[in-house]
Amino acid sequence: MKEKIISIIESYGRTSGRLMDILLSVQAEFRCVSEEAVSLIASELGVSEADVNQTKTFYHFFTTKPVGKYAVYMNNSVTSVMKGMYDVVDEFEKQAGIKFGQTTPDGLLSLNYTACIGMSDQEPAALINNVVFTELTRDKVRKIYSDMRDGKPVEAMFNEFGDGNNANQLVKTMVKNNIRRRGNVTLGEYEVGKGLTKALSMSSQEVIDEIKNSNLRGRGGAGFPTGLKWQFCSKETGDKYVMCNADEGEPGTFKDRVLLTERAHMIFEGMAVAGYAIGAKEGVLYLRHEYKYLKAFMESVLAELRNKNILGNNILGKGFNFDIRVQFGAGAYVCGEESALIESSEGKRGEPRNRPPFPVQRGYNAKPTVINNVETFCSVVKIIENGSAWYRGMGTEESAGTKLLSISGDCKMPGVYEIEWGMTIADMLQMVGAEDVQAVQVAGPSGICLPPSQFNRKIAIEDLPTGGSMIVIGANRDLIKDVVLNFMEFFEDESCGSCVTCRSFNMILRKQVKKVVDGRGIKSDLDNMLAWGEIMRKTSRCGLGQTASNPVSTTIKNFLDLYNARVKDAEYQSDFDMHKAIEESCEVVGRPANIHE
Amino acid sequence: MSKPIIATASLAGCFGCHMSILDIDDRILQLIELVEFNKSPIDDIKTFTKQCDIGIIEGGCCNSENVHVLKDFRKNCKILISLGECAIMGGLPAMRNGIPVKECIEEAYLDGPTVGENKERILPNDEELPIILDKVYPLHEIVKIDYYLPGCPPRADLIWKAVVALATGDELNIPYELVKFD
Ligand SMILES: Cc1cc2nc3c(=O)[nH]c(=O)nc-3n(C[C@H](O)[C@H](O)[C@H](O)COP(=O)(O)O)c2cc1C
Ligand code: SF4
Ligand code: SF4
Repeated sequence: MKEKIISIIESYGRTSGRLMDILLSVQAEFRCVSEEAVSLIASELGVSEADVNQTKTFYHFFTTKPVGKYAVYMNNSVTSVMKGMYDVVDEFEKQAGIKFGQTTPDGLLSLNYTACIGMSDQEPAALINNVVFTELTRDKVRKIYSDMRDGKPVEAMFNEFGDGNNANQLVKTMVKNNIRRRGNVTLGEYEVGKGLTKALSMSSQEVIDEIKNSNLRGRGGAGFPTGLKWQFCSKETGDKYVMCNADEGEPGTFKDRVLLTERAHMIFEGMAVAGYAIGAKEGVLYLRHEYKYLKAFMESVLAELRNKNILGNNILGKGFNFDIRVQFGAGAYVCGEESALIESSEGKRGEPRNRPPFPVQRGYNAKPTVINNVETFCSVVKIIENGSAWYRGMGTEESAGTKLLSISGDCKMPGVYEIEWGMTIADMLQMVGAEDVQAVQVAGPSGICLPPSQFNRKIAIEDLPTGGSMIVIGANRDLIKDVVLNFMEFFEDESCGSCVTCRSFNMILRKQVKKVVDGRGIKSDLDNMLAWGEIMRKTSRCGLGQTASNPVSTTIKNFLDLYNARVKDAEYQSDFDMHKAIEESCEVVGRPANIHE
Repeated sequence: MSKPIIATASLAGCFGCHMSILDIDDRILQLIELVEFNKSPIDDIKTFTKQCDIGIIEGGCCNSENVHVLKDFRKNCKILISLGECAIMGGLPAMRNGIPVKECIEEAYLDGPTVGENKERILPNDEELPIILDKVYPLHEIVKIDYYLPGCPPRADLIWKAVVALATGDELNIPYELVKFD
């Protein structure tokens, strides 16, 4: 073990800044990062064990005990549950004879849940040894389990691949693109290198001005004007970085997955344009671990771009140097938050930073850094190529251009749609073949749950801003139990725990929702939930805590009747159950669990 | 109007909150002018002899008897107050909440460094003894609580002001320093 770990550490240049990569390699090699491994890594890197453990314990995919030879991570997001996850779970448990959270005694198989893996259009989906399995059924599980018993490698368990680059030799995944609609920007015509060539014929400031004039706003969800961000960063001096946020963790979004698969060149080209504009030489693509199946492919694209001199030194003969490396996450939604993403890329826990300073002032390695979403970088390439006026010609006054939507849930045609900003929800529902709709969850759990009375609202930054996640919730769903409770469980799991309010109130809100679902809620519970949600919003450091109460607050606001039908009009209701509360201790001391009152 | 009647109890607490009640110093003389005490460790009345107006409780519930006393207070008092961190949140005793009951009991009676002779490894299980609960509960999870006085212990001035306000019906005016400790 020792030699192997040391060679892994060597391969990452013995720097603690690459701790994430070291831990990922150790986990992959030994199926765990044991306490011994932690000691060894600490002493080799010259840091304390606590430093290594801090990082290790933060991420979902690092384990102290070995996972099974086949490690199943079942996605338990809302759409997975909608599409029959519990049947799949039941079949896995039956076949393996263990429960989720356990490993078979022979070490063959471990079963665990994980948050949204970016496959909401083809659920139920799971990762098995980092390989994606989609549209699982009981039959498929039986077949997978028998293959496991036969010792087949996971890659050999299927032979049909998805469309486009999903079938590429370096990818070979069953994942489908499900591109349902192409617009003129990110999924339209694209010729490698054209945008960058044009950018390099302009001055850096001209590039920034072009992006500013295009009114492009960040596609990761927050909608910050991209040109302005670049302008701020360009004014700083010294070394700088460009980072691409490919963490795509918001449940229900998967459009970056499609861009990574079909527009990898374009993403890297966009990063190079940004590098040229702000004066950076290095870029980092932060890719979520769930998309590990794209690793070899992304690296081959980087190699190809270096060959074509679109990356590397003296790019296209214009004296500009820029290169990119891929950094993997290890399972943590909060790492999509830009400052947490930086911390994670530096090998630390993915805890958001206090701002200011903003990343454009002090970002990666304490240097000025521009972070943008995958789709933002793709848009940049086309804006440079065709000009800002062309871009502004699409969309609405305040929201220029096109937007990729990831549409999933109760509809006939889930998938990725490139639309111009400004489409109404009603038109969107028609486009995806959704009927009898109870609600649309706009922008994922951290967004809003929209009732039919508001389906005339527009998908646009000025009305319904979104990173693209749209989950259609049919009339037959139990909105509070199937959706709100699931979202609160998600936030409770994913809070990084730094802020007291986000750490506690997510748990408390989840418990309150459960209380309502179980029929034990009272009217004042609803007022409490709203008040506590507001406190969490006002006192949390990052967007996670600031929006985590939205599932509760937007449904109480928009679907009050559903709550009222479930809560009692009582002044007080206790959940305390004396018999349950004394059971255990009576057993321990050996006395009958009788209570004389 | 006759004097309001007060009852108090200490459940899973350290009596620090009761000490803080006594910390009102010579105002205790005014207090007995203002109110009458019923069941309370302060006057050693063990059971309720009449319906009370205000119940003040220190400590959370760690055993079946605490629950019993708490419910008795709810029945006999018009207004119930959680006094101090332990009553409001479980406090120090609730530190055991993350530890299985079995481990807690074994640590206390068998394995702890301060356990004396217990060769037969006896665990207290006489039917007369209160039964330990699976965890320590804050009061409001078991009965309705009307007011909360924070602190560990709450400052004597806070208790004084709260009781006077309830007894006289005057508005309660709490300076920031009385409830914020940062
Ligand atoms: C909890 C949380 C998760 C986030 N996840 C992502 C993500 O997966 N992808 C993304 O691009 N932005 C995400 N963001 C937004 C980023 O912080 C940041 O605003 C964005 O990457 C900036 O790029 P843009 O301006 O191009 O959108 C997240 C924010 C929060 C608070
Ligand atoms: S709001 Fe939540 S996720 Fe964000 S920093 Fe605070 S605890 Fe962490
Ligand atoms: S709150 Fe503090 S003073 Fe009061 S009982 Fe608890 S530990 Fe003792």
